[in-house]
Amino acid sequence: MDNSPARRALGAAFKASVPVLLGYVTIGLAFGILLVKSGQPWWLAPLMSVVVYAGAAQFMAVGLLASGTGIAQVALLTLLINARHMVYGLSLLDRYSACRRFKAYLVYALTDETYGILTTVRPPEGADEERFYALVSLLDQSYWVLGSLVGALVSSLARFDSRGLDFALTALFIVLLVEQTKSVRKRAPYIVATVATGGALLLVGPANLLVAAILASIVGILPFRKALT
Amino acid sequence: MSAYAIEAILAMGLVTLACRATPFLFFMRRRPPAMVDFLQIYIPPMIMTVLVLGSFKSVKFTTPPYGIPELVSGLVVAGLHLWRRNTLLSILGGTALYMVLIRVM
Repeated sequence: MDNSPARRALGAAFKASVPVLLGYVTIGLAFGILLVKSGQPWWLAPLMSVVVYAGAAQFMAVGLLASGTGIAQVALLTLLINARHMVYGLSLLDRYSACRRFKAYLVYALTDETYGILTTVRPPEGADEERFYALVSLLDQSYWVLGSLVGALVSSLARFDSRGLDFALTALFIVLLVEQTKSVRKRAPYIVATVATGGALLLVGPANLLVAAILASIVGILPFRKALT
Repeated sequence: MSAYAIEAILAMGLVTLACRATPFLFFMRRRPPAMVDFLQIYIPPMIMTVLVLGSFKSVKFTTPPYGIPELVSGLVVAGLHLWRRNTLLSILGGTALYMVLIRVM
């Protein structure tokens, strides 16, 4: 049995990534099915999972691409949905500061779930830490690419009624919101965002709702800064 | 069509990478200013609230089935997640329920 630090890192990384395996394969499958159902070629699903690699944004893109939304608006909505990833980086600054070889990949592959694992599971004693982080990230991404590829192929080969499968995106947002309520326990941000969404719906209508509501939320939370810190 | 899709994907990829890389590019050597510290805590819960509410924007609450499949499935997702905190269970459970409800209601 080879007990080198590299070998130890691989075993521990696979074990740490198992909770993500089923989730990424299944949700990736749903994404692949939806993308092909929306009229895109099958290869676009794995391509997106490599180039973009952000679940919520990829699900959102299914509708945006189908309706031919302009590139600038696609980019802006991606920014809003993925802005939370900036926060992940802020809390991993110290941990990744010693990383060299795989740092670029670690930053590129920092999804919600990978962040969740890397902030809760410690690399084992004597393992190469950077290799452990990189392997967890790579395993997670391979599950996601695999799921979306299989979903896209199944969807282009078989005919079935997938009506309602797009609710997976809403469900994903609800899960992320529940997670937020566990870490940010103040009421102000939720109330501000709800008021901002209502106001934006009345003022700008459903088409540009997300952008308007998020900008209004950010402006709306500023007066509470003293009270919240 | 494919050229447009590929352009859009490249734009999305660049923006996503920029989001993930920003903290490492700017705050490797110095601490983030207090304003960034404040916003980095409170922007994510606000964005998630907007995204959840925004998901219901095209639901018609005044005509049958009055948005019941969406509301019930959404509450089931939240309930499942508060109960077991298992992302896969919450998403699959809620989506499967929704797919059933829109067919029977």
